[in-house]
Amino acid sequence: MNELIQVDQLTRYYGDHCAVDNVTFALRKGEILGFLGPNGAGKTSTMQMICGNLAPTSGQIRVNGIDILDNPKDAKRELGYLPEIPPVYRELTVDEYLMYCARLHGIPRDRRQAALDQAKDRCGLADVGGRLIGNLSKGYQQRVGIAQAILHMPAVIILDEPTVGLDPLQIREIRELIRELGREHGVILSTHILSEVQESCTQVQIINRGRLVLNDSIEGLEQQMRASSLVMVLQQAPDLNQLAAVASVQKIDDLGECRYRVFHDKDSNPARQLAEVVVAAGWGLLELTPERRSMEQIFIDITRQAPAIQEAAA
Amino acid sequence: MMAFVIAGREFRTLFLSPLAWTILGVIQIILAYMFLAQLDYYLMVQARIAGMEEAPGITDLIVAPLFGNAGIILLLVTPLLTMRLISEERRNRTLSLLFTAPVSMTEIVLGKYLGVMAFLLVMVGMILFMPLSLLLGGGLDGGKLAACVMGLTLLLAGFAAVGLYLSALAVQPTVAAIGTFGALLLLWIIDWSSRAGGKGGGVLEYLSLLRHYEGLLKGLITTTDLLYFVLFITTFLVLSVHRLDNDRLQK
Repeated sequence: MNELIQVDQLTRYYGDHCAVDNVTFALRKGEILGFLGPNGAGKTSTMQMICGNLAPTSGQIRVNGIDILDNPKDAKRELGYLPEIPPVYRELTVDEYLMYCARLHGIPRDRRQAALDQAKDRCGLADVGGRLIGNLSKGYQQRVGIAQAILHMPAVIILDEPTVGLDPLQIREIRELIRELGREHGVILSTHILSEVQESCTQVQIINRGRLVLNDSIEGLEQQMRASSLVMVLQQAPDLNQLAAVASVQKIDDLGECRYRVFHDKDSNPARQLAEVVVAAGWGLLELTPERRSMEQIFIDITRQAPAIQEAAA
Repeated sequence: MMAFVIAGREFRTLFLSPLAWTILGVIQIILAYMFLAQLDYYLMVQARIAGMEEAPGITDLIVAPLFGNAGIILLLVTPLLTMRLISEERRNRTLSLLFTAPVSMTEIVLGKYLGVMAFLLVMVGMILFMPLSLLLGGGLDGGKLAACVMGLTLLLAGFAAVGLYLSALAVQPTVAAIGTFGALLLLWIIDWSSRAGGKGGGVLEYLSLLRHYEGLLKGLITTTDLLYFVLFITTFLVLSVHRLDNDRLQK
């Protein structure tokens, strides 16, 4: 069994409102899955269902091959979950709280202290063990929440917006931690910060209005982001026909002041040939830059597009 | 097993708040005052009843009224202890910790219940010291005392079960407290209509908490009373499990 998480045709209704619509995906060991979507897209609902906090209307979820509806106790042993708001008791100290979590997750008595120390160490909590959680800053409370999720060494760690409310330094530390966790565990991470996905994830899923609109590896996404256009700045006006004749160039737009945008086939990059032509003709090449679609652009394109497709289908 | 882990935390957390200490202190003072007043009364009537045949003893005149009063005072206080059990966890979003852990809904409810019961037992134990102090100067009817302790424990177990259920229902702890208080008071006085001579009072009389508690205070342990409390507690615990499961199903 290679799949740590297998989600099959998951659907969830709140009354008439469909929050999650027929979502299917899988997570393998060593993968960090970034779950992207605008607010209210169904990210949290999906995560809650995977963690058994919410019952699906229909569909199946397997954690490490165990069905979470048929056998919730065994499946939950393999799960660590950090909800949006860290589930910490403000009146306990960090040590007391983590010890309680260790007991709840059924870690044997002799291994509890070791598990606790390791989790604290990884989350940078070693110095605050004796302090009340209520007196800690938001960032530290978030770390306690993460420590709680990784304490029992689950196969799958699910983090719902883990970097919200942290300062840039802490965000970097947490991202580092997530990458490290991704080596031994499967990690699902929800966020609406796009750069976070680019930095820490190996897989990307975009969910919009309950539907999965993109499910790709980060390389695949980079592929999509890769330019299919070049921006060229010349000293003198060129003969556009001569440039358009270069292999794989599709179209050239004049942007004015000797700036041109060259659209080309996705699979090949005509930059070299273009440069040779320009230099041979003596037009004075000043600049030749591949254009990259930003992740934001892709995200907006996909989330805008989706309703249009739905309407067309209806 | 897991229920005890939850109960342990619940019990310890109670003592981390000043609420638990305040409740223990206030109740002890008020009941001690009542106990001493009752003792005074006993010393006053002692000479008069000495010659009576089958005269009520020290247990009847001091211990039973003390436990009777304790029942009424705790009816006011238990809602304050139970109100936070589930509603506060839901408000602080800590419930998802329990939902994600390998723990069943029944274990969560039992854990919460046992935690608050442990606290209530501490309270019963402290109240028990008062009648036991009478041993310094005289004898006690051990059987009757045991029946009183058992009665109070069962009564509090019933209070806690109602409180737990309403805490599972309510979004805010205060709403749970008021709801619990209302429900308990209603169950306490529900037999008033039959006392006034109305018909069909049989069922209402059976439902009354007070009726069954009074029986035990008299030293009368009957299966009806015991069964009443067991059914009462089980019903509200099962309802709590269902209510909690609803969080997962519907929302």
